[in-house]
Amino acid sequence: MKRPNKVIGYLFLSICAIISIFPFYWMVVSMTNTSADVTRGKLLPGGHFIENFKNLLQTVDLVPALSNSALIAVGTTVLSLLIASLAGYGFEIYRSRAKDVVFNILLLSMMIPFAALMVPLFRMFGSITPMLPFIGIDTLSAVVLPTITTAFLIFFFRQSTKMFPKEILEAGRMDGLKELGIFFRIYVPTMKTTYAAAAIITFMASWNNYLWPLVVLQSPEKQTIPLLISTLGSSYSPDYGMIMMAIVIATLPTAIIFFFMQKHFVAGMMGSVK
Amino acid sequence: MNIPKNLGPEEVAIKPAPRPARSLRLKNTLVGWSFVCIASLLIGIFYFYPMVQALILSFQSGTGVHLSFVGFENYVRLFQDPVFLTTVKNTVIYLIIQVPVMILLALFLSVVLNNKTLKWKGFFRTAIFLPCVTSLVAYSVVFKYLFAPDGIVNMMLLKINLVAEPIQWLTDPFWAKITIILAITWRWTGYNMIFYLSALQNVDRSIYEAAKIDGASAVQQFFKITIPMLKPIILFTSITSTIGTLQLFDEVMNITAGGPGNATMTISQYIYNLSFKYTPDFGYAATVSYGIVFLIVIFSIIQFKAAGDKK
Repeated sequence: MKRPNKVIGYLFLSICAIISIFPFYWMVVSMTNTSADVTRGKLLPGGHFIENFKNLLQTVDLVPALSNSALIAVGTTVLSLLIASLAGYGFEIYRSRAKDVVFNILLLSMMIPFAALMVPLFRMFGSITPMLPFIGIDTLSAVVLPTITTAFLIFFFRQSTKMFPKEILEAGRMDGLKELGIFFRIYVPTMKTTYAAAAIITFMASWNNYLWPLVVLQSPEKQTIPLLISTLGSSYSPDYGMIMMAIVIATLPTAIIFFFMQKHFVAGMMGSVK
Repeated sequence: MNIPKNLGPEEVAIKPAPRPARSLRLKNTLVGWSFVCIASLLIGIFYFYPMVQALILSFQSGTGVHLSFVGFENYVRLFQDPVFLTTVKNTVIYLIIQVPVMILLALFLSVVLNNKTLKWKGFFRTAIFLPCVTSLVAYSVVFKYLFAPDGIVNMMLLKINLVAEPIQWLTDPFWAKITIILAITWRWTGYNMIFYLSALQNVDRSIYEAAKIDGASAVQQFFKITIPMLKPIILFTSITSTIGTLQLFDEVMNITAGGPGNATMTISQYIYNLSFKYTPDFGYAATVSYGIVFLIVIFSIIQFKAAGDKK
């Protein structure tokens, strides 16, 4: 590359990198400052970290919200992975024309926006609440149920199964394994990386989900982390230091996953294209 | 083993023993269906059944649970509803400004990053991808504060004398839309860049070498080689971005709450307000949701057509 081009390239990248990182820097720095310092535009760390943390614990139910979010995200991830991988495996290994038709119909569901689903879903859960209160409105199960099956994840597993060496399945059958045994004993262990990538996307989507919990959860003790942050963010006299603390805590799990499993993280995001 | 690839397990299994073939085949078919049935059933219950319900609802009107059939009244109302038309206009503005800007930006970034001799490549890539780890609600609240009248962004703009007085990023109808567009672009550019980067790695470098020898400039190479080579992936990302933008909710709700007036409100937010904020009118809300479905189908078709025609 020619010299001036290269300089422009570095300049362009640096500006984009700074813009990308700055909000992170600002929120981390602000969580150590007083609200007044944040409004004044202080961009250096301060000594208000512990104070902000104490305030946060006193003002909101942080621990219940964290545990609700964790329960929902872990439950969703485990169930989604199981259901979607069974289906992805089934559609590819026991391929037939009828199943391909069903698969294509399932793919159509990716075009349906959640905004279009929320009203009928809310009414559905509303109507089952008197009969089955444990999965009705204002329960964590109601948050999980509609989100555990996505056509995207089934598609993701089916695509990955295409690379799976089918000869191993035959060997398993020769050894007298039942079909389900082959799936759990042979397929699941060999597809670890696929499961890791799928787990990351599902966990993140669930941890960050906002609209459906906002609709279906009503009592404050059922609040999830995004709901808590949204409430804090819309307060009239915000305590910036404290809110930034909450935001950093909310971002921490996904940031940790990103830094420690970058390869799987990217693989999960790109899963749909391969 | 010499098993032909297309052969399903049932065919393989019946070869040695032709007699119990039928029952075995049936058994295998049942096994196959049992693997896919839970997922298919759940998608039926939580996607297709609600859409049918929404369709029925869209012909009803009333408050809360008291609904009665009104025929096409809701659909007539839809096209005369100034709020609905405003939300469609807002959403389409986000779409036609934000998606192309973001995709071009992501393409530029990936081309620059794909340069073999570039230093600190890993750092730049990670930094630009980093916004993807934030939750939509969390980054929206951060942006709301950054773009507050006395926020950091205005402070910086004033300091370098780019503006004489603070920009009303959140309360001016024009600037509020810009804020939303800037926020979405910040969050999603790195995401799209990763797709292009991995696609670029599959592009044969000798094509660029040949172009260079023929005297093609960097700009010419970008438009004449890179964009055509990446067309499938550009189509894919533009469709996902379009569907995402048409469903925009979290950002608008948390940055501007739809205001000032309804200047930034999106269709999703209007459905939410109709159902859960104002006096609930589920029937009309369902009608509006079919509006989004319709737009998604239309825009997807347009993009497929646009990509196909240039071939």
